[in-house]
Amino acid sequence: MNSIEPSAIHFKHIEYETGEQHILRNITGSISAGKITALVGPSGAGKTTLLRLCNGLISPTAGEIFIDQTPIASIDPISLRRRAGMALQSAPMLNGTVFENLALPRQLQNRSLDKKEAIKLLDDVGLKPENLKKSIRELSGGQRQRVSLARTLVNRPSILLLDEITSALDPSSIKEVETLIKRLNEKDQTTIIWITHNLEQAVRMGHYAWVMAEGKLIEAGESSLLKNPNEEITKRFIKGELV
Amino acid sequence: MSYGTLSLTLVFVLIPLLLSKTLHLQLEKDVLIATVRSIIQLLAVGYFLKFIFESDHLVYILFMVALMIGVATGNARKKGSKIKGITWKIALTLTAIEILVQSILLGFHIVPPTAQYIIPISGMAIGNSMVLSILFLNRFQAEADAHRDQTELILTLGGTPRQAIHTQLTRAIKASMIPTIESQKTIGLVQLPGMMSGQIIAGADPVQAVQFQLLILFILLTTAAISSILLGFLSYPSLFNERMQLLKEKE
Ligand SMILES: Nc1ncnc2c1ncn2[C@@H]1O[C@H](COP(=O)(O)OP(=O)(O)OP(=O)(O)O)[C@@H](O)[C@H]1O
Ligand SMILES: [Mg+2]
Repeated sequence: MNSIEPSAIHFKHIEYETGEQHILRNITGSISAGKITALVGPSGAGKTTLLRLCNGLISPTAGEIFIDQTPIASIDPISLRRRAGMALQSAPMLNGTVFENLALPRQLQNRSLDKKEAIKLLDDVGLKPENLKKSIRELSGGQRQRVSLARTLVNRPSILLLDEITSALDPSSIKEVETLIKRLNEKDQTTIIWITHNLEQAVRMGHYAWVMAEGKLIEAGESSLLKNPNEEITKRFIKGELV
Repeated sequence: MSYGTLSLTLVFVLIPLLLSKTLHLQLEKDVLIATVRSIIQLLAVGYFLKFIFESDHLVYILFMVALMIGVATGNARKKGSKIKGITWKIALTLTAIEILVQSILLGFHIVPPTAQYIIPISGMAIGNSMVLSILFLNRFQAEADAHRDQTELILTLGGTPRQAIHTQLTRAIKASMIPTIESQKTIGLVQLPGMMSGQIIAGADPVQAVQFQLLILFILLTTAAISSILLGFLSYPSLFNERMQLLKEKE
């Protein structure tokens, strides 16, 4: 990682414990502004937990997080969450239509979303305008994931936290989403953390990669490190010996 | 009724006891406890009320109302033990109900300001409010637990805790009010309300008994609406912390 690049998110000795479990251990590192960082690691490594810290859905039990050099604890939670948008693999939806879900981020600010904008958003994620009127229940898993991503983009976040958002997509939809994310990153300098279980995707999409296991940051560097890792744990993870 | 006649009514206790025994329902102990408790509690209340009605002193009335609120709070709080500060929130709700009901009744001279009216009406308002609070808390916690992902979704998109819990809150408020409204639709047709039956048996004019019953029904509607809404708005903030994070489910 290039230490001269400004950091959009900086983690300083982060610990996260629940009553029973020590989930994150001494995470220290920077996510470069305007770059895509792929976050990989075995299941249960703590990747999702790290993302949830970044938009303040949870707070670390010890350590500090800085967003654009400001301590996260001093940022108003609502503006933080609009700035750091998150999309999830499970793509939770409110009952109703696709349009209602897309309009939700606006509705929460007592503003409306016009139809043109909604169609544009759908188009960005590769969905046709006629999906707008569809009920959420009529969508396939992959369509839901794309609606969820489009909805996250409504707030025009400067940081995007993506949690396995292509897991239910077919290869051509994956390509569409990857192109969209690349474009957001290049055009708007959006900082992106992308959790993925697909290592080829991580190398293809990430400028950088972070490898996590057992709550620790094992190694971080340019995403090509995944082809040629330094750490024993990463080697075993890549060979599929860790799940 | 004499105590001799009253003791004959114990036949009605023997029947469930015998049934429980023969069918191995194992309810004998509970039936006995319920019987003994109701005899002691009601007789005590009867003599106590007699004393209060005769003295008709404000201090006794206030004491009685405070006692009702205390007992009702103690009963309802068990259902909301997961919510921080639930005891005072319920107590506040019940107190608000009592003040509201009495200010309307006494303020508009609907009933005379005597213990004979204030205490039974308080009992019904507070009792109903307690049941409503229990219904509301049960439902609200179930809704909140079942839809955590929706709540977090709205937080994630930059919504406030209030927006994030709004659907679950209104659903619980509505669900807890429905039994009160529904039972009032069929009242008089399916069942005669307890108070009215009691008055008629005691020899009151049925039309006057109905008038009082209507008064009580309308009071119960108000208490239903106010209790669940007030308790709802008092309790939802404790599901979140000051960083607008949804707190963990507790056991
Ligand atoms: N709310 C929670 N309460 C208790 N434990 C949790 C909670 N969230 C996550 N965990 C635990 O924390 C650990 C890390 O979970 P996390 O979801 O961050 O892993 P992950 O790397 O995203 O895994 P996956 O690749 O399977 O999504 C797991 O052991 C999980 O059981
Ligand atoms: Mg995860």
